[in-house]
Order: sequence, then structure tokens, then C-alpha cells
Amino acid sequence: MNRITAANLWRARGKNIPLRNLILRAIRLFFLRRHYLEVETPYLIPAPAPEIYIDAYALGGLYLHTSPELAMKRLLALGYHRIFQICKCFRQGEKGAKHLPEFTLLEWYRVGSNYISLMEECEAMLASVFGRIGKEKKLLYQGQAIDLSLPWERLTVEDAFREFAPLSLGEVLKRDCFDEAMAVYIEPHLGVKRPTFLYDYPYHPGSLARRKEKDPSFVERFELYIGGLELINGFTELTDPEEQRIRFCEARKLREQAGKDPYPLAERFLSALAAVPEAAGAALGIDRLTMLAANSDHIEEVVAFTGEEL
Amino acid sequence: MYTASDLRKGLRIKIDGEPYIIVEFTFVKPGKGQALYRCKLKNMLTGAQVERNFRSVDTFEQADLQEKKMQFLYASEGKYCFMDSETYEQIFLTEEQVGEAKNFLVDNLEVEVLLFENRPLGVSLPNFVDLVVTKAEPWAKGDTVSGNTKPVTLQTGYQIQVPTFIEEGEKIRVDTRTGEYLTRVKG
Repeated sequence: MNRITAANLWRARGKNIPLRNLILRAIRLFFLRRHYLEVETPYLIPAPAPEIYIDAYALGGLYLHTSPELAMKRLLALGYHRIFQICKCFRQGEKGAKHLPEFTLLEWYRVGSNYISLMEECEAMLASVFGRIGKEKKLLYQGQAIDLSLPWERLTVEDAFREFAPLSLGEVLKRDCFDEAMAVYIEPHLGVKRPTFLYDYPYHPGSLARRKEKDPSFVERFELYIGGLELINGFTELTDPEEQRIRFCEARKLREQAGKDPYPLAERFLSALAAVPEAAGAALGIDRLTMLAANSDHIEEVVAFTGEEL
Repeated sequence: MYTASDLRKGLRIKIDGEPYIIVEFTFVKPGKGQALYRCKLKNMLTGAQVERNFRSVDTFEQADLQEKKMQFLYASEGKYCFMDSETYEQIFLTEEQVGEAKNFLVDNLEVEVLLFENRPLGVSLPNFVDLVVTKAEPWAKGDTVSGNTKPVTLQTGYQIQVPTFIEEGEKIRVDTRTGEYLTRVKG
């Protein structure tokens, strides 16, 4: 790994700040051409979606949102059919080569879509973005030539464990070490030769994804990996308010047991959910996409500043 | 007490009663998943490297290290004897614990010995140490090219490059951080 010195950092940023802007413009162009509406929703919200391992900053009785998900689904309930947003999100304690506690997220929703068709839209969107920055066919990332020709690889979580891990997904879940096994055995192999959609995730408390009809212990969710980087998380939306309430309560209980703020229950979101039509949505990390495009191995190289530097 | 979010390169923590220093550190977190703090650690007593993954709920005790002023007395059969300048208590370090410092240890040298719960880990030397040249080829009178160096052996057995005018029996000053010759010492 490259050591970050002040001079190296500013040399990298000098190239990456304009590249980042080019990427943002390409994304907006893609969605506007597909008749998506760009929206903005509040950053300060009364009730974040409860997730055991995602921690919101509390601020004056409100919370900085960890993603715009609940607000954007409220818009779906109001009749908006194709919406996207590019916004800052905030997650406490997430800091590393691929994480910043304040990061930029692209999030989009499409009514009538599901996670399968959403994967195709991800391919189309990224192909268009990579094309506009002169990387139509190949992406060179950290010494790996990643073949971008479509379609990209699709791999179920279960198969990934079969292929890369010394133990099966079932065993991993039994031992309650899914995240650790993902990080250690699976992620380093994903998207290395070509981008990989990892899909059909085991259900986890608090999830907002729809369960698979054939096997309800899984949800219709995918993650896109390129060059070992987790880039997009997408799923078919759960639109059943009762089940969503049970999941939120489950996650809040886990948070409470872990000594964390359980957050107020997002009642308005839950009552609006009944009006949300069949839809799918995804979120992409803009910083990480810029890292890929810039062949950078550290997220601090693709932002103008981190908060600590100011 | 440290929590996992305090972990960073260079931090010294206690694991199973032994002191470790973090030599490599990576924060890993699947989007919806639990954060994982992947560390490469070096056991400061044995020098052994291990890889460990920690979770956010893990807590750590600080590895409390003390530095004590001690005087080097003598070396014998791979053991290096030091005396506490205050209590006159004597302790022994192995060649491994002394490491590179052995090249500069002359009798009665004042050093700092790094201790973990009274167990010695290593030695830190003064930046400059004066040592006697015990073996040197005589200076060839015709050699007047400046900048030329020759190898000599010091009283500790350490071999070092010095300017050609340095003779056997002379004292030179060495920078212990780089291991390089600094100047000739008169008298």
C-alpha cells in the first residue's frame, strides 16, 4: 500500500476531484435520460432505520441520516415512480481505507422493478459512466485488469461460500460469523477479473428487502463488487408494513441489548409503506466509484478534505 | 482501556498478558455487517508476528512499558548484563533482546532498558557513542582522494566504514540510529 504523505495526497486529489465531478455528471445524465427525477430529502431525521451495525450521529433530538432510504420510499408512496438522489450520509465509527464517517451516496428507486432487473440497470449505468471517463472495456485497479464487458458475473452468496470459503454458508450462519467470513474469505475474490453481483443474501434483522418466495430465510438483495470493493447494495423492496414493523422491532431490540440507542420507531414510514408499489432500489458509494476510476486504494484520496483536516 | 475503534498502527496493547505492538491495521466493514478490525501484531517479548481480527465490542488493556536508566556492565556467553542505576540491581538480556544495540555497547554505557512488567524488551541507546578502533589497515600515504573510506573493526566487533585517515587505537563517534561514523574523538 502506498503511504499517504501530504504531497502524495494532494497530487492524487488534484487529479481525483475533477474525475469525481465527471462521474457525478455522467450519473446524472444517465438517470435524467431514463426519466428519473433527482430529489433531495432531509439529512436531519427523527427516526433512522434501525440496523444493529450502522450507528447514526444524534444531533439535537434528531439524527443525521445514515441513508436517504426511508424518505425516498415515502416519495414512492406519494406516487413518484423513478427517483434518484446524490447526498451525504453519516455513519459513526466507520473510518478506514474504504470508509469515511461522512460519505456520498447515490440512491435510486424504480417502481415495477425487482432486484434482477435492477442488476441490469446497474450494469447499464456503470457502463455508461465508465464509458464517459474513457474506460469502456477495461478498468485497471490496483494491478488488476478488470474486464468490463457485459453481462457481469452473477454469483449467489451460497455459491460464493462453496467456491471461496473453507466452510459452508450454513455453518457460517450457525456460528454467527457471517460478516467476518465475508470479509476474510469472500470479498477479496469478488469482482477481481470482472465485476461480480453477489446475490440472495441471508435475512438479517432490520432488513428492508423482500424475502425470497422459494426460501424465506433469504432476501432478494445483491451487492456489486468491483476489484474487491463493495460498490452497490440493492434489493427488491419489502412493502408489507406489518413485516417491516416486526423487523424494525427486532433490530431495535438487538441495538438495545448491545447498549446502543434503539432510535424512535419510524411510525410515519411504516404507515406509508402500505402505499409503496412493487419497487426496487439501490445505493452506490460515490467515493468508492471514484476510487475505482482513479485506481486509488484510499478513500481519502478521492475527497477534497476529510472533516479532520479542516 | 482501549476499544476497537482506538486501534491503529503503532499502538501497544496487552493480549493474554503479553505486550503486542500493532504493525498493520485495516478497518473492514461489509455495508450492513459488523465492523472488523484486522490487525497484524508483533509480540514485543518474542518478536513473533500474529494476525488477529477484532470486533467493535472488544476491549484492550494498554501494554504499560517503562524505561529505566541502566548501565551496561558486561557481556558473557550471549547474555548482556545491565545494572539499575538507582537500585544497583542487575538484570540480563539475551542477544535477541539487545538486537542491533550490541554493536555499540561499551562497558559502563548509560542506556534506557525498556521493560514490560519488569520483563526486559529491549535497549535504547544514547544517539552518539564513542568506540575504540581495534583493527584497521594502515593509511596508504599516497591515497589523497577525499571521500574515500575503508572498513575498520571497533571494540565491540562491529565493522564500520570510516575515512582512510583513521588509525588503529583511535576513538571515533558513531551515530547509533544510523550505525554510521560521525567524527574522530581526540584524547
